[in-house]
Amino acid sequence: MWSRLRALIIKELLSVWRDRKSRFVLIVPPLIQLFVFSYAATYDVTNIRIAVLNEDAGAPSRDLIARFEAAPDFARVLHLDDASAIARVIDNRDAVMVVHLGVDFSRRLLAGVPTQAQLVLDGRGSNTAQIVMGYASTIIGDFNRDWAALHKLTGPSAPLIERAWFNPNLLSLWVVVPGLMGILTQVVALVVTALSVARERELGTFDQLLVTPLRPAEILIGKIVPALIIGMAEGTLIVVAALLWFRIPLVGSLALLYLSLFVFLLSIIGVGLFISALSGTQQQAILGAFLFLVPAIILSGFATPIENMPEAIRMLTLGNPLRHFLVIVQGIFLKDLPAELVLASVWPMAVIGTVTLGGAVWLFRNRLR
Amino acid sequence: MTGHAVKPEPLVTIDGVAKRFGGRMALDGLSAVVMPGRVTGLVGPDGAGKTTLIRLIAGLLKPSAGAVTVCGFDSIADGEDVRGVVGYMPQRFGLYEDLTVAENLTLHADLRAVTGGDRAAAFQRLLGFTGLEPFRGRLAGALSGGMKQKLGLACTLIRPPRLLLLDEPSVGVDPLSRRELWRMVYELVDQGIGVLWSTAYLDEAERCQSVMLLNEGRLLHSGDPTDLTRRMEGRSFVMRGLDTAGKRGALAEAQKRPDVVDALIQGRSLRLVMREGASAPVGAGAVEPVRPRFEDAFVSLLRTSGGDHAATGVVPSITATAPAADEGGFPVEAVDLTRRFGDFTAVDRVSFMVRRAEIFGLLGPNGAGKSTTFKMLCGLLPMTSGTARLAGISLAHAPALARARLGYMSQKFSLYPDLSVRQNLDFFAGAYGLAGGVRRAAVARMIDGFGLRPFVGSDAGELPLGFKQRLALACAIMHEPAILFLDEPTSGVDPLTRREFWAHINAMAGQGVTVLVTTHFMDEAEYCDRVGIVYRGAIIAMDSPDALKESARDAGLPDPTLEDAFIRLIERHDRARETA
Repeated sequence: MWSRLRALIIKELLSVWRDRKSRFVLIVPPLIQLFVFSYAATYDVTNIRIAVLNEDAGAPSRDLIARFEAAPDFARVLHLDDASAIARVIDNRDAVMVVHLGVDFSRRLLAGVPTQAQLVLDGRGSNTAQIVMGYASTIIGDFNRDWAALHKLTGPSAPLIERAWFNPNLLSLWVVVPGLMGILTQVVALVVTALSVARERELGTFDQLLVTPLRPAEILIGKIVPALIIGMAEGTLIVVAALLWFRIPLVGSLALLYLSLFVFLLSIIGVGLFISALSGTQQQAILGAFLFLVPAIILSGFATPIENMPEAIRMLTLGNPLRHFLVIVQGIFLKDLPAELVLASVWPMAVIGTVTLGGAVWLFRNRLR
Repeated sequence: MTGHAVKPEPLVTIDGVAKRFGGRMALDGLSAVVMPGRVTGLVGPDGAGKTTLIRLIAGLLKPSAGAVTVCGFDSIADGEDVRGVVGYMPQRFGLYEDLTVAENLTLHADLRAVTGGDRAAAFQRLLGFTGLEPFRGRLAGALSGGMKQKLGLACTLIRPPRLLLLDEPSVGVDPLSRRELWRMVYELVDQGIGVLWSTAYLDEAERCQSVMLLNEGRLLHSGDPTDLTRRMEGRSFVMRGLDTAGKRGALAEAQKRPDVVDALIQGRSLRLVMREGASAPVGAGAVEPVRPRFEDAFVSLLRTSGGDHAATGVVPSITATAPAADEGGFPVEAVDLTRRFGDFTAVDRVSFMVRRAEIFGLLGPNGAGKSTTFKMLCGLLPMTSGTARLAGISLAHAPALARARLGYMSQKFSLYPDLSVRQNLDFFAGAYGLAGGVRRAAVARMIDGFGLRPFVGSDAGELPLGFKQRLALACAIMHEPAILFLDEPTSGVDPLTRREFWAHINAMAGQGVTVLVTTHFMDEAEYCDRVGIVYRGAIIAMDSPDALKESARDAGLPDPTLEDAFIRLIERHDRARETA
């Protein structure tokens, strides 16, 4: 039994590794995706273009504008001449925000009466608009505080100072890269298993396997173990890149991370085997894999918070292994997620894995019968 | 009208055409013509370049060198015009399986802009011509292989072409439908259409007025097929009246003789083709001269011209012997095997026994149920009812144990193309539970026995066809099975590779291995000691090839072939069903 399994596992790893194309597919695209997505899928808003319309000639207004120009997130500040230009620059997307200071801005300030600054925002990118408004509020708030200090005015009594835990600079890279570890290992493990049986069906080698004394369970173990090894290697590759290249702290336990990855991979491999039991050709297997991958990623909480989803969908996400794994991987990377909380997310994956693997075994046996 | 016949212009002129795919020469410096009003056979094994040539003529591929002219049009520059005069039926014609016969025809009429009265007339003509009239409303997917080909042909003929290109139209078609396809093609030829019929079946070459014989991208012969067979006159013989052991011994001996070009078993006889100028063979049985066949000429051409096949005459000795004969009884026992898919009975109470060291064949058209029977026997498909025992072990009770006693080789060769020869052997040895020194010894024995030494490090996918076949056989027998299952083992393979393969099989049967083979190929059935003819899910006749041929002999058919016998039996069976 052991020598038969060993032969199967070696064969499986060799056939993935010796094929130049599949070797390339396992290594290069995940790494490229890791880098591209890490830098592209960011919630930070930088390189923003804004415009200012300053109808006032006083020094305070120039001081405020200078603060906008000095802010590193605003790449370009456009100066407008009259109010009619506001609509044009917003419409043409030349600027996402226009800062409008009225003619009496300096006069009122110097007179000690409250004054106003108008912010016109492009609401088409609602997320961006909110973030840019946040930046602008910070700049204006700073300006206020300094002005008050300079003129010995009484400032706001309790200034609000934010401090974000675990990710003090709120770098979205720190959230995205651990998330990609889940997504990319999921894609690789799923595709490797979904395709391998279909490929053997196309080659006719699957029948050849079935006429050997190998039992169906042995054939399945011979498919699961290599996919686990490949998935673990892929995960390790991404962890190394996260630590060495992206300099993301790994504050939690590496052992817990690997335990979770192991259970996560088993649940995904179960799905992959399920797909390959159903599909006769590699094309069907690829379609099946995509049918699973897209909702699995969207309903994982990677891009949009699960808390914002409707109740019914939120319940649905509980069946998604990636959702649980993301909690663990982000928790272990950024905060030292305690073991009991890790296990609280591991056991749902274990349940899902039991169901998917059990279903795959059942389906295989039935299709052979 | 002048009284004397004017030699007609050729329909197709192929002038020095070569086609390269990457580094591989698919066709190399080909020049030939296709004439109107006759069937030109494009004959050669799989991979010879037949489909490439057809696609070049249809203007679907651009030649790497040379030019193809079709009805005066250049196949590339005047592609539009070429498509107007050519009807092309690819190997797997694009029938829409979810549409009916009539809907498929309508679709193709729309595509070819045949409308109104023309369309009605064309439909009537084609449905009558192909005999599909009663099946207008049937889904194309529910047609038999032969009827699908006829429908494909009808769709191709909606706008009558001047040149008809048929790419392996007879593959997967039962012998009866094959005869009907030929009848239709002759009718078209009589109307003046030029037909190019590509085939891997050498016997079809003899039905063509002209052939192009292709092998590995090179044209070996172009012209009248009888020119080739005439050269073989006086060199073909048959040695009759051999028993099972006698014919195997005689075959092995004949293959060693330098004056024998070709030797193959036909039932209880041995067919021999001698080298030019050699004297008639002598042997155990009575020897008499026979009319040469096209295949004799092809094999002779390959043996004398092709240096690359020099090794194929050698039969590697396999020291692997079948396990002890103490099992007694029959190594293969099938009793009332039945398989239903829904309300369709694919196999209906099939029973047979195979003796030790016997070569038993299941012969039948595609879809007759032979593959289903076969799959049930190997445990690839559960049976609805019935029992099967392999080497005395019940498949139902100990499937893994039973499977350990059988070797299986399919038409597709079923190797891992990205693994090297040695890795493939190592894997299959491991899958059969061989380990350590036993495994190393088995792998070494296969590598030496089949002459795979020069290729051990090469990927299996890159091997030449003949060596791929050797490797597949090696993988199937390295655990020394008592029973060997062969599923369409040599269809589409060139004749030399097929002969080599059967030499191995004969040697193994001689060592006591029981062999079960499915085939739709009459030549392959001739190698069997006994043949079961499978038709519509049942075995309608079971006997030695000679006895089957004998049963078809009458005044009109003094020397029937196995195909004749097959057709007789099927007709008789159908008649009996109708009257019943």
